[in-house]
Amino acid sequence: MVINMKANSLKNIKNYAKSKFITVGFIILFYIIGQIMISTGSMSNLMKGLLVPLCYYSIMAVSLNLTVGILGELSLGHAGFMCIGAFSSAFFSKTTIDSIPNTALRFTLAILIGAISAALFGALIGVVVLRLRGDYLAIVTLAFGEIIKNVMNVLYIGKDSRGFHFSTEDSISLGLEEGGTIILGGPRGITGTPRNANFTIAVVLLILTYIIVTNLITSRSGRAIMAIRDNRIAAESVGIHITKYKLLAFAISAGLAGVAGTLYSHNISTLVATQKNFGYNMSIMILVFVVLGGMGNITGSIIAAVILTLLPEYLRFMENYRMLIYAIVLIVMMIFNWNPKCIAWRKKYSIKGFINAQLKKDKKEA
Amino acid sequence: MWMGVVMNFLSYLIKGISLGSVYSIIALGYTMVYGIAKMLNFAHGDVIMIGGYIMYIAMSAMGFNPLIAVLIAMVFCTLLGVTIERIAYKPLRSASSLAVLITAIGVSYLLQNLALLIFGADTKSFKSVITLPALKLAGGDLSISGETLITIPLCIIIMIGLQLYVKKSKTGRGMIAVSEDKEAAVLMGVNVNKTIAITFAIGSALAAIASALMFSAYPSLSSTSGAMPGIKAFVAAVFGGIGSIPGAMIGGILLGVIEILSRAYISSQLADAIVFMILIIVLLVKPTGILGKQVQEKV
Repeated sequence: MVINMKANSLKNIKNYAKSKFITVGFIILFYIIGQIMISTGSMSNLMKGLLVPLCYYSIMAVSLNLTVGILGELSLGHAGFMCIGAFSSAFFSKTTIDSIPNTALRFTLAILIGAISAALFGALIGVVVLRLRGDYLAIVTLAFGEIIKNVMNVLYIGKDSRGFHFSTEDSISLGLEEGGTIILGGPRGITGTPRNANFTIAVVLLILTYIIVTNLITSRSGRAIMAIRDNRIAAESVGIHITKYKLLAFAISAGLAGVAGTLYSHNISTLVATQKNFGYNMSIMILVFVVLGGMGNITGSIIAAVILTLLPEYLRFMENYRMLIYAIVLIVMMIFNWNPKCIAWRKKYSIKGFINAQLKKDKKEA
Repeated sequence: MWMGVVMNFLSYLIKGISLGSVYSIIALGYTMVYGIAKMLNFAHGDVIMIGGYIMYIAMSAMGFNPLIAVLIAMVFCTLLGVTIERIAYKPLRSASSLAVLITAIGVSYLLQNLALLIFGADTKSFKSVITLPALKLAGGDLSISGETLITIPLCIIIMIGLQLYVKKSKTGRGMIAVSEDKEAAVLMGVNVNKTIAITFAIGSALAAIASALMFSAYPSLSSTSGAMPGIKAFVAAVFGGIGSIPGAMIGGILLGVIEILSRAYISSQLADAIVFMILIIVLLVKPTGILGKQVQEKV
């Protein structure tokens, strides 16, 4: 019996490993196709500009799926972690632009700083938030996302030969002497971040994120996290340390969002925290990617993120109606996926069901 | 000099109570729907926005009298709320709460974009429905606007009325029954579908009233005008204990006061952040909110 179970779980892991390789293979394939299209000049400028955003939205979707699909907690403030990653890495890059001239080294450090700072905040916020029940957790994560965005908007940091200066009022009260630079200028954000993010690095980070998350899922910690999602009381009674695993998942999810933020901030020239890019609008957009891709389905998140980012761009001719159609499609998909009657209807009319019915009929006649 | 400071403080306090009353009325919709249908109606804030547009059109394009416009908006919002419930939320009643929340988000987007399409992206200026002149006290130092004079008493009346309705009437007690145990309520002969529909109806009608009061005091109207007040009202409902009607009132007023005082004395940009911070602190100390009930999770 034990041997059978072992063989079964081994087979499942082998299947999952196979699907992991397939997904990574496809990502690499699309990367190669993309590079070919760029070098032969057959890629439009619109598409070129979308390459890095596709990657960081996918990373965001994968990281949120870790919290929502695997841990089972609804987080509506995920964009806040992206914000932290973006600002901390941009700050680092801008401050060390002269002291670390080697771009590769500096950008790698920036990515690490973005990830670690976001993960730290994730752990801190997690300690506060993860003891709350489902819907309360949603509103508190929303609150944290808004707080982070607001604070980034009022913070001023300047640097001169005497060191760093902080202020929350305006740039003048920083008291910078001649030759000092304002790094973070409140609502004007950080300007002049070196644009180090390119398609290659973005794809590499996406593949790394995918591997990290899927490895976590198939590991012992991942099973503990999913046990917590399925039935917290049962998991606790079996001896799983709830807080530790919740914090682990939350912090990793936040850290990966920080990586996405780093890609974001090094892909634009001016980094500003607005409602649109780091507010709950963004958090909800990523949540839609996760839900439509399938909660718990990592590959699905990447596919959904790519399609739902490309679709509005290519539907620009329907500019006025596209968000409306988006909303209607979302509602219809949700009902189609979750309504018990629809689920029964789908089972009845799916191809598998059809084949099964045929086999049953043949058996009866035989 | 001191009188000036005190008068300033009092005037901010009263403005805060007034804004808080509007939040309370909106929060009532959230708290009732959450307590009875066990779902977060994210689209509630956008129903308020639609109510605002309906009143705007009724007053400016069709030239109706302000009070008639409010009544029209109430009827429209009630119908809208009940329709949304029937089409989008009822099919998902047995699904996980996450699924319903996301559907609610979809409805919210739908309403916002419909409004954007129909009414355009420019901000409209709302003509106040309240024609009462401001009350000047303390020799002109303290001025209470006409909107505030109506808002605060109206909020108290609504709160008392709703509490009486829920405690005394048959439908109201049916609502409490459904919120406590849906299956037992069905066994006792409560029509759950009708009860939930009435809950949404009341919540949406109140949203229309809140919309009238809010846009009279803060007259800029656009397709995203309902989102932030909606979130803040939800925060207020959680603050006061979700599922509790007096809690919604306390939470709303506290939230309004904190927001206006923060905006005045600390910083205008950080006011929202401070409001959210206080929410988090309260939830840490009392996870079910100020008046919330402790629900023991059973296996």
